[in-house]
Amino acid sequence: MFKPFKADLHIHTCLSPCTELDMSPKGILTAAKKKEIDILGICDHNSSENSLAVMNAAKRMNISVLPGLEVTSQEEVHVLALFDDAEKALKLQERVYQNLPGENDEKAFGMQVIVNENEEVLGLNNKLLIGATTLPLEEIIQFIHSFDGMAIASHIDRESFSIIGQLGFIPDNLDLDALEISPAITFEEAKRRFKYNYPITCSSDAHYPEDIGKCFTSFLLEEGTVAEIKKALKNKEGRKMIR
Amino acid sequence: MKLRKIIEKLQLKVLTGQENLEAEVTGGYTSDLLSDVIANSKNGNLWITLQTHQNIIAVAKLKDLSGIIIVNKREPDGDTLQKAKEENVLLLGSEEKAFDVSGKLYGLIGSKD
Ligand SMILES: [Zn+2]
Ligand SMILES: [Zn+2]
Repeated sequence: MFKPFKADLHIHTCLSPCTELDMSPKGILTAAKKKEIDILGICDHNSSENSLAVMNAAKRMNISVLPGLEVTSQEEVHVLALFDDAEKALKLQERVYQNLPGENDEKAFGMQVIVNENEEVLGLNNKLLIGATTLPLEEIIQFIHSFDGMAIASHIDRESFSIIGQLGFIPDNLDLDALEISPAITFEEAKRRFKYNYPITCSSDAHYPEDIGKCFTSFLLEEGTVAEIKKALKNKEGRKMIR
Repeated sequence: MKLRKIIEKLQLKVLTGQENLEAEVTGGYTSDLLSDVIANSKNGNLWITLQTHQNIIAVAKLKDLSGIIIVNKREPDGDTLQKAKEENVLLLGSEEKAFDVSGKLYGLIGSKD
């Protein structure tokens, strides 16, 4: 009943200002298929407006798409929020939008393109998605969990926008589900460098199709859901991470 | 220069840690990346930042800094105030920007590095 799943939990779409139109639902799914990825996390900066499009486009493919966001906290820490239910991702998005000052400048940061599952452009998001929210990290994590989501600290090996870069170390009152490392370092290096009592996942943080699956985490699960991955991160009920 | 004098000259608000105002300040360090402060600030420095997360207290303690100036009218989180009291860390508030506070402090004590 358990199967191995290859998960890349941190992918940006053409909604993030730092990406191009090739990160459309089709572009993403074609690249993911080529790399044999089974679970994809859609995490645009401070927004989840393209998650549903990728989920719908994946319906007849054998890929589980998890709706999510990469939220920037008040401390300028990036944290991934992943859900099983697109509605819940949108609830977090609503909270984020209420606390995200500024407007996007396309010339400076790039276009923020909202699409549907048929590759049609629905519009442009004009919020300053690249900016920081005024929400404390702790509050974001609590909010993610109150909607049954999964909270993962992004690219902790990087200096900028990572929990360790911004805050020096991980405060012990935080209820993170995992720490993410970028493709820049290996699991072995990460284990040596970061002595924290959290599971470590690796994802690509892809902004280009060719980067999807560059780094991934393998799990033994019944199905490709956040609920299952959360169990695996805790080594519960037979679910686990596999290397 | 003593902390007391600097607080007076820069018109800083003392939020916590009123007991240790006679300490000598060895210099200043301005940064919002705590990993950078851990790596590069020096013992006895006054740290200028807009970060208000409670980790700033642990960093000040770890590096034995003389105090923290939170700039731009930012209010420290409740946990931060609590921790600063417990650890007896001097937390100061300024209405001004990091650039102005740093410039004024530099004017008073210069760079000691
Ligand atoms: Zn990030
Ligand atoms: Zn990212």
